Amino acid sequence: MARKPSPQMEAPSNISKDELLKYYRDMLLIRRFEEKAGQLYGMGLIGGFCHLYIGQEAVVVGLEACAKDGDKRITSYRDHGHMLACGMEARGVMAELTGREGGYSRGKGGSMHMFSREKHFYGGHGIVAAQVPLGAGLAFADKYLGNDNVTFTYFGDGAANQGQVYETYNMAELWDLPVVFVIENNQYAMGTSVKRSTKSTTFFGRGEAFGIPGEQVDGMDVLAVKAAGEKAVAHCRAGKGPYILEIMTYRYRGHSMSDPAKYRTREEVQKMRDERDPIENVRELLLQGSHASEEELKALDKEIKDIVNDSAEFAKESPEPALDQLWTDIYADELPQGSAEENA
Amino acid sequence: MATEILMPALSPTMEEGTLAKWLKKEGDEVKSGDIIAEIETDKATMEFEAVDEGILGKILIAEGTQGVAVNTPIAVLVEEGESADDVQAEKAPAQVASPSTKEGPDDKGQPGESAVEQVRTPEPDRSPDWPEGTKMKTMTVREALREAMAEEMERDETVFLMGEEVGEYQGAYKISQGLLDKFGPRRVVDTPISEMGFAGIGTGAALAGLRPIVEFMTFNFAMQGIDHIINSAAKTLYMSGGQMGCPIVFRGPNGAAARVGAQHSQDYSAWYSAIPGLKVVMPYSAADAKGLMKQAIRDPNPVIFLENEILYGRSFEVPDLEDFTIPFGKARIARSGSDVTIVSFGIGMAHALEAADKLAGEGIEAEVIDLRTLRPLDYDSILASVKKTNRLVTVEEGFPVGSIGNHISAWVMENAFDYLDAPVINCTGKDVPMPYAANLEKHALITPDEVVEAVKKVTYK
Repeated sequence: MARKPSPQMEAPSNISKDELLKYYRDMLLIRRFEEKAGQLYGMGLIGGFCHLYIGQEAVVVGLEACAKDGDKRITSYRDHGHMLACGMEARGVMAELTGREGGYSRGKGGSMHMFSREKHFYGGHGIVAAQVPLGAGLAFADKYLGNDNVTFTYFGDGAANQGQVYETYNMAELWDLPVVFVIENNQYAMGTSVKRSTKSTTFFGRGEAFGIPGEQVDGMDVLAVKAAGEKAVAHCRAGKGPYILEIMTYRYRGHSMSDPAKYRTREEVQKMRDERDPIENVRELLLQGSHASEEELKALDKEIKDIVNDSAEFAKESPEPALDQLWTDIYADELPQGSAEENA
Repeated sequence: MATEILMPALSPTMEEGTLAKWLKKEGDEVKSGDIIAEIETDKATMEFEAVDEGILGKILIAEGTQGVAVNTPIAVLVEEGESADDVQAEKAPAQVASPSTKEGPDDKGQPGESAVEQVRTPEPDRSPDWPEGTKMKTMTVREALREAMAEEMERDETVFLMGEEVGEYQGAYKISQGLLDKFGPRRVVDTPISEMGFAGIGTGAALAGLRPIVEFMTFNFAMQGIDHIINSAAKTLYMSGGQMGCPIVFRGPNGAAARVGAQHSQDYSAWYSAIPGLKVVMPYSAADAKGLMKQAIRDPNPVIFLENEILYGRSFEVPDLEDFTIPFGKARIARSGSDVTIVSFGIGMAHALEAADKLAGEGIEAEVIDLRTLRPLDYDSILASVKKTNRLVTVEEGFPVGSIGNHISAWVMENAFDYLDAPVINCTGKDVPMPYAANLEKHALITPDEVVEAVKKVTYK
């Protein structure tokens, strides 16, 4: 689709071509991956709940650009984008979606429950807002151990109305925990719009009650997300405690695959896609600034498509977990302890 | 290349649906993201978006068709210049359905196989918990728990204690008395009154590799944080395919204290014992409290450590050793006997032992087994004893429905039915919220006399 370049879209001079290309690539990977996941769901290859991240790509890609090795991340059940953005393999994520042995949790977690020790990705949590104190706990561990790691704790505008978020804010600030609370405000908690769930609609401001600084960020602009992320991370690394980023974003798809999406108009979604799409925005920057040609971007598109198709093939080919897997991973490395039936 | 558009699954349970309406007609151009049809599931009417681009070459299922199975080709998408008919002749290989929907014979267990492992020749672990001849010292349960935590904190820098009033106040029940002075505020962390929050923070710290001891002032308050105990701590290892261990101890007083009413007097042993992924410990003696607490802190899994306020001040003999632990899943024969087996744990042991003394006076010798850990449970010791006595009474303070005794009864019936000479009796607390009035409270709790009565019933005396 031909888009008129908007006048305000101009890459800041301190952003390199490579950087822009990386954001474009990472966001596109998430977009195409999620489209494929939606397709596999429709084919019955993915079961249960499947929450797509389409539209919100700039949030994780912008924040991952601020992370260093050792930093941790944790999120809700809408987690595929976070995993891809932190460098987890598309194959392993897709194969987990199809419930196969090649998945990150060897098929035992599913779309909502995936983890990677190696990439410091701590899930994938299915209980709305449970990841918030858990994320503060990860940060607690880093502070306890005396390193300068930061934890990105993602949750949505829906989770922001859970009580445990505020218990966590209180303790995180009390103990100066190095945690960035990232509220991905996509404006709908399942089918309930922000306006129908609270009169206090600026979520970052709720941190004030606990002394936590925060700000609202344009989540459709990956560069704005990155700039805000750097500020937040610097605050945490300096030992000043938590920081809140309320990132205004939008999910194009339903809450889950079985969402008829009658709570908003088709036009609202289309308008967002046409005018604010985070990937198109970067594409424009790349073309406008002559950082990349149409051909280069086409080649990149193909490369991404190949990765996604490969992941889908892998996810179909990978076998289901062996039946004895039912009984493993219930308890970690048992200490030798008598003959009692540990798992009975 | 032409592609078939398949009837999508639009909910976790959808197997078929109605093709309510086509929003594109044959020959229309279709772009990725276009709504091409409306599909009615059992729950709602959903818009169906195109994923691929092309021209709607042929509609295979007319609108209004009901009962269209998921994955049925409903239309063919072609590229410029292609004909849908060619494609149909070619018959592109249909997309395979998920194998998970098909159950091969291998997917089912052997007929008659029980969820509980089948009975084996019981060889209960009868090894002594500490070397014979070890010097003993007298100690309260409170002191034993404190010593256990202090020793483990000395031993391992990643062990820390967090909870309400554990530090400056020196512990609501004085279990952590002196620990703040000894280890400082980094390792003895006072929390605000936020059970759900600090249960989650503790769990997160454990996922990141620390070994937190989370004290609940009482387990009644842990209900505010039970989601983290079960959904976050107990299940994450499994959900992560073995990647994320969670070495954490949740501890605190459990069960009835005295005259504190319904909300502060509940035994949660059966609740937590129902959860795979948790280990559950409920000691009676000070020696067990110490050895099991040290073991719990070293265990790489989430452990629920159920203490008892009334027992905190009781004194027992504890081995005077620099370091000793007691393994999980190993019951203790607190008293040998041949006429009846009484199985109990925690404060139930006080009633069981008192009842056994009374029964001895009447010539009935009871074997009293202290389970000590409820998960893993020492089935072997129960089985060996029942094979000897042929009669079983269980004793616990909790509610009667879905109790530990219920589980043991079912297990013994399944695995030692022929050895039983009488039905098993479960002695439990009464099926009522705990009353405040002294006389009613006494009546709501299990008593030694009730245990005596039950034993007489199963021994037909």
